[in-house]
Amino acid sequence: MSIYDFLTMRHELILTALVLLVLIIDLNLKQSQKHRIIPIAIGLFFIHTVVGFLPAQTGVLFGGMYHTDGLTILMKNILNVGVLIILFQSTTWLNKEENGEKISEFFILLLSTLVGMNFMISSGDFLMLYLGLELATIPMAALAAYTHHQTRSAEAGIKLILSSALSSGILLFGLSLIYGSTGSIYFDTVGALYSNTPMQVLAFIFFFTGMAFKISLVPFHLWTADVYEGSPVNVTSYFSVISKGASAFILIMVMYTVFHSIAYLWKDIVYLIAVMTMTIGNLFALRQKNMKRFLAFSSIAQAGFIMLGIIGGNKIGMTATVYFVLVYIFSNLGAFGVISAISAKTGKESMDDYDGLYATNPKLSLLMTLSVFSLAGIPPVAGFFGKFFLFTSAASGGYYWLVFIAVLNATISLYYYLLVVKAMFINKNDEPIAFFNSDTMTKIGLFACALGIFVIGFWSQVYEFIDAVTFAIVN
Amino acid sequence: MNILSLFILIPLLTIIAIMFTSNMKQTRIVSAVGMGIQLILAGILVYLYLSERNAGNMDAMLFYYDAVWFPTLNIHYTIGVDGISVAMIALTSIVVFAGIFASWMVDFLYREFFISLILLASGVFGFFISLDIFTMFLFYELAVIPMYLLIGLWGSGPKEYSAMKLTLMLMAGSALLFVAILGIYFYSAPAGSQLTFNLLEIAKNHIPIEMQRFLFPFAFIGFGVLGALFPFHTWSPDGHASAPTAVSMLHAGVLMKLGGYGVFRVAIYLMPEAAHEQAWIFLILTGISVVYGAFGAVVQKDLKYINAYSSVSHCGLVLFAILMMNQTAMNGAVIQMISHGLMTALFFALIGMIYGRTHTRLINEMGGLMKVMPFLGVVYVIAGLASLGLPGLSGFVAEMTIFVGSFQHTDTFHRVLTIVAASSIVITAVYILRVVGTLLFGPIKNDHFLHLKDAMWFERLSTLTLLIAIAAIGMAPLWLSNMINFSLGPIVEKINGVATVAGLF
Repeated sequence: MSIYDFLTMRHELILTALVLLVLIIDLNLKQSQKHRIIPIAIGLFFIHTVVGFLPAQTGVLFGGMYHTDGLTILMKNILNVGVLIILFQSTTWLNKEENGEKISEFFILLLSTLVGMNFMISSGDFLMLYLGLELATIPMAALAAYTHHQTRSAEAGIKLILSSALSSGILLFGLSLIYGSTGSIYFDTVGALYSNTPMQVLAFIFFFTGMAFKISLVPFHLWTADVYEGSPVNVTSYFSVISKGASAFILIMVMYTVFHSIAYLWKDIVYLIAVMTMTIGNLFALRQKNMKRFLAFSSIAQAGFIMLGIIGGNKIGMTATVYFVLVYIFSNLGAFGVISAISAKTGKESMDDYDGLYATNPKLSLLMTLSVFSLAGIPPVAGFFGKFFLFTSAASGGYYWLVFIAVLNATISLYYYLLVVKAMFINKNDEPIAFFNSDTMTKIGLFACALGIFVIGFWSQVYEFIDAVTFAIVN
Repeated sequence: MNILSLFILIPLLTIIAIMFTSNMKQTRIVSAVGMGIQLILAGILVYLYLSERNAGNMDAMLFYYDAVWFPTLNIHYTIGVDGISVAMIALTSIVVFAGIFASWMVDFLYREFFISLILLASGVFGFFISLDIFTMFLFYELAVIPMYLLIGLWGSGPKEYSAMKLTLMLMAGSALLFVAILGIYFYSAPAGSQLTFNLLEIAKNHIPIEMQRFLFPFAFIGFGVLGALFPFHTWSPDGHASAPTAVSMLHAGVLMKLGGYGVFRVAIYLMPEAAHEQAWIFLILTGISVVYGAFGAVVQKDLKYINAYSSVSHCGLVLFAILMMNQTAMNGAVIQMISHGLMTALFFALIGMIYGRTHTRLINEMGGLMKVMPFLGVVYVIAGLASLGLPGLSGFVAEMTIFVGSFQHTDTFHRVLTIVAASSIVITAVYILRVVGTLLFGPIKNDHFLHLKDAMWFERLSTLTLLIAIAAIGMAPLWLSNMINFSLGPIVEKINGVATVAGLF
């Protein structure tokens, strides 16, 4: 093994270096100049994102603990793009007085969790997976409690760390059962040895439960709403998009490679969970008045849709899942971007505050409309294509009724997405949010979302590119 | 460039142009020019189509163009037209053109209004030229969604409720459709070969009968919701009554035809066996639509509700005729789609114009309007006569063909249903004549009406465009009927598996 082999870990290494660099630069900044870290960190991360797209080495390290191939690189790049947009969108909020001393912490914590997710995606055994998962979770609790002088934010942090600890424990218990019954923690070996003995089925259920916590599938979703509501907007968008996307990526890879021999079993479980998640997520979203809480429940419902890609079990399924996450990143970040821009300027987060927004801030309203239409799966925006392909994969497995339930759920979700549109366009308001101009960075972040929502769907090469690296369930 | 792609491109360019307009006048002119070009283009298309056919081109679809979009799923951008789609495209461009002029005076958020309206139109055009079910579905949803804002923002009455109801019901319909489309896709080719969304390719393959039985109701009801199939028609009266004039015109005139068109292009054409098996259920439902819609119109007091229920009745007749599955009836169905599209658009335009003057749509508050606005009055009478099927106007040709075709079935079930459905003609006469009588003749009930002005130039243009088309179909139905018949022949043959009798004309 030569030193060059370490270049296989390019994403993780650069990111780790970046975290350290931000820390060092921050140490050398004067108290009054702390905010200068924002453009520096974003610039560095931008370079990292670009470098991520350069042709990369693929291969296996540490005797199979770590591996990269076209798919993992693609997944990491997708996450990078999402994080970059979030960083752009968070500038207005970070520049506020109250964050003066801890700006660099935001970047350090956020990027450390990203390192964890990258390791998780590249993991070749359960140990690496678990390590990545923990690295991705613990700093997140600190992020949730970022504005710790607010009770709700502190509460969010505690809630997240407690429920994460519980779910990690459950997951770890599943892993120990897997190790106990197969004598290995490597994905390949475990996959080859796995069968449907009661203990192994139980082990799978524990593992799945642990992951379901992270993706906030019903009935393991109860932490989501409070944590999303309590955290700062940009952290919430990170939770709901990046963290969820990464967990969905790793879940589908593990389900397809390790647990392929009991696919007939987990398909039933996923079926049930998908129906519950979509329906309950949607029904709760109907009644929400706080925009963050509203998007929290809608993102639970969206996670239910992702399950339809997993249940397909074929190449279309994985491609559609990755594609959907990509689309979801842009559409959800579009919505969160608007919320964060408004929240940072005015502090308003309730849906009633959005009444009459179109009259004062037409551009923000249009982006919000595009985003919610994309989330609802309305053509011609990207969300339509994402949903169509997801449902196609489920239908390819013959799950027509599941598809029907899902599309009906999409119709229900359209109702509450239209409520937002109605608030902005139709409702009257005596004191609408006054017109304001966001700074350039935020504008870039918002514009990127609008562009993505428009382009990804029509630009079929994106789908074909993903399809070139995905794989079907191993048989 | 393929002439058909222009039908999507021109509306999109018009939309972009509208974004750059700075005042209401410019917006109107840009919209009118854009849709005027579209209308001329439709005329050129009809001419080109007929001359191709006369030159002996026997292809099922003309102006065929195919481009791969998503290679792995074999999704294509496939376009092409036959006589039926050409007729529908012509209808759409006439109604949209008239709609622009009918909404000449919209001044609240005018740019957004025309953009949404034209976006809706581009969805409809896209739907009619698509031969790939994926793109077809995409355009279908694209045509439905602008309705929400159009009704919610510019509507009247309980507009928010109506807009939400309409959007959700239509989207629930498209949920059913979605399942059908995916099912068709996965049985579109023999096992092992490349699946396809292409209508023509799928038609060559035989979908297993068990799947047909499962999928046909999804496809039929999915499209049927938009075609106002009983009991899924309830969005229609509320939606039409609350919508602004041009939107009612476009929606009742064109969008509801998407349902009828889709039913026979996708549901019946691709799944003929299941269609034959299950036709009786839907025949009963559509029969109820026809009669119930007509009765509903009789008891309404609001002009728009009357017309909305009459649309339910007439669109029910379209589905009814399609389900008869013989050439004559289906030919009648297509003519009915066009005829009703023009008629109802004209009605809604007139109602909008009358409402804009009297500020009421309740018929018992109005009377004697013929004296104060003779132009609108006369056009209203003509539209009414067309609606109740007076020979020489389009309604007669359509209904006559439908009932003759339906009666060709020799069994009791079909004949009884035909007679029941035909009774709607009488009921139609009741509500049309009642409205014309109270609204236009008799004493003027309100002194305020005495000072009302007759139609302005743009209103005359709008109504005359539609009126000319209605009269043209009524006087010379042969060219339209021939155009449709030619394309319908192979379809009916496929549906029935045998050659069928020649049409009426």
